[in-house]
Amino acid sequence: MIDRRDFLKGCLACGVTAASIGVVGKNALAAGSFEGYPDAMGVLVDLTRCVGCRSCEAACNNEQKLPDPDLPFDDQSVFKEERRTTAKAYTVVNKYEVADKDTLFRKMQCNHCNEPACLTSCFVNAYTKTKEGAVIYNSKVCVGCRNCMIACPFNIPAYSYSSPTNPLIKKCIFCYETRLKNGRPPACVEICPQQVMTFGHRSDLIEMGHERIKNDPSKYVSKIYGEKEVGGTSWMYLSSVDFDKIGLDNHMQNEPIISNVKDFLGMVPMVLSIWPALFTGIHLLATKNKGEHGDHDHKEGDQQ
Amino acid sequence: MHAVKRQLVMALMGALVLLVSNVCFGTSIPDKITINSIQKYYDGVSFNHAAHINNLKDCGLCHHHTTGAQVSDPNCIRCHKNSGAQAVVSCKGCHAAEPFTPEALKRQKDQFPPIYHMDKVGLKGSYHLGCLGCHKKMGGPTGCQDCHKRNVSGDVIFHSNIYAPKTTAEPKQSHH
Ligand code: SF4
Ligand code: SF4
Repeated sequence: MIDRRDFLKGCLACGVTAASIGVVGKNALAAGSFEGYPDAMGVLVDLTRCVGCRSCEAACNNEQKLPDPDLPFDDQSVFKEERRTTAKAYTVVNKYEVADKDTLFRKMQCNHCNEPACLTSCFVNAYTKTKEGAVIYNSKVCVGCRNCMIACPFNIPAYSYSSPTNPLIKKCIFCYETRLKNGRPPACVEICPQQVMTFGHRSDLIEMGHERIKNDPSKYVSKIYGEKEVGGTSWMYLSSVDFDKIGLDNHMQNEPIISNVKDFLGMVPMVLSIWPALFTGIHLLATKNKGEHGDHDHKEGDQQ
Repeated sequence: MHAVKRQLVMALMGALVLLVSNVCFGTSIPDKITINSIQKYYDGVSFNHAAHINNLKDCGLCHHHTTGAQVSDPNCIRCHKNSGAQAVVSCKGCHAAEPFTPEALKRQKDQFPPIYHMDKVGLKGSYHLGCLGCHKKMGGPTGCQDCHKRNVSGDVIFHSNIYAPKTTAEPKQSHH
C-alpha cells in the first residue's frame, strides 16, 4: 500500500537543501590548496618592531566605535596578564618576557584565514570571506550559537552579553566597511608608529617576509607564521623568537580546520536539512495513507 | 608641431631641474627641523639636527647613502658604494607619508630595479624605527611623550588624562 515513489518525491524537495549543502562541503574539501583570492590584501606583522604602545588598540576602539575601555590605552598595567580579544576590544597587545631578549610584545586580532573555520562552522552563514581578504559577518543573521568561538583556532570571536535579546558575536573585520573596501589600510596599521604592520597584497607580503628573514637571519626565526598555518591567513607574523613563546601555537596544522571538523560540523546542516525531509516524508506517508484509503474506498464504491 | 612639443618638454625638464636643485642644494644643512607628520594626535617635534650631527658625525646613520656617506650595509653597498650625494636627502623625500594607498603600493611594486627599496617603510615608521631604535641603543629618550606631547585629540582616542574612563578609581598620572 505504501507508495515508495511518492514518499521519495516528498523527501526530494527538502532533500535538495541537503544535497546542495553536500556540494558546498565537497567544494570546501577540495579547497585544501586554496591560496586565497588572487588580489586579496593582507598584513605582515613584524613583531620585532613592536614597542607595546597600544596605539593600535586605541585606534581600533575609535574606528569601530567600541565601548569605553576600562583603563586608558596608555596604561601599561594591562600587561600584567595575558589578554584575549573581547567584544569590547577587537585587538589586544600582550607582553612576553623571553630569556636573552628585550621585552617582546604581540598584537593579536582576527587573522582573516583563507579558509576560515568560523565561516565553516556557522550554520546560518553569517560569515563571508571577501575578495579583499576580510572575514566579515552579518550580525543580523547571527543567532549567537557560538559555534565560531569554538571553531576558531586562534580564539578570536568574542561574545557580546550587552544585549540578552540580541546575542552577538564580535570580532575584528579588517576595518572592511570603513576602510578596506575602499583600498585603505586598517586603522591599527595606519596609527602604528613603528610600522609593525605592513599592509599590501598577501602574495607580495609573503615575498617581503622571506626577504626580511633572508637579509637578517640572526634577527628572525625562519618562518612566516600564517603563510601556511590552517591553510594560510591574511595576517601573518615575523618574530625573533619561537612563536610558541609569544602565545602563538607553533604546531598548528597546515590543512584548513575544515578538513578535520567537517565530519562533526557537517552534521549540523545534515541534521537541519535531513530532519525536515524525514518529517515531511513521514507526514506525507501518514496523510497519503489516509487519503489513499479514502480515495480507494470511493473508487471502489464508484466501481461497484 | 613636433618642435613645439619638444621645446615644451625641454622647458619643463629645465624647470624641474631648477626646482630640485633649489630644494636640495640651494639650502644648507638645517640646524633645527620641525617634524609634524603626526600632528593629528601629537604636537610637532623641534628636532635638534645640529646636536645630532655633532653627536653622531656619520650622516649615513640616518640618511643612508643619500648624502654620499659611505654605507656599511652589505645590501646597500651593492648599488650605492659610489653613488654619491643624491638630489633628495630629507626623510620625507623618499619615505611616503601614506605608504599604503593603492597608488603607493603600486609605485613601490613598479619601481626599477625591483630590489631592496621594495620594503621601504613609510615616513612615520622611518622616524620611529630610526629615532627610537637608536635612542634605545644610545640611552636617548624613549617614551612617547618624551619627544612629542600628546594633544587633546590624542587624549580623546587614548581615553587618557581628562578623558580617562570614569571607572578608574584614582586619576592616573600621565606618563611617557
Ligand atoms: S601601535 Fe604598533 S608598536 Fe604600538 S603596540 Fe600596536 S603594534 Fe605595537
Ligand atoms: S582567526 Fe578565527 S575568527 Fe578570524 S577568520 Fe580565522 S577562524 Fe575566523
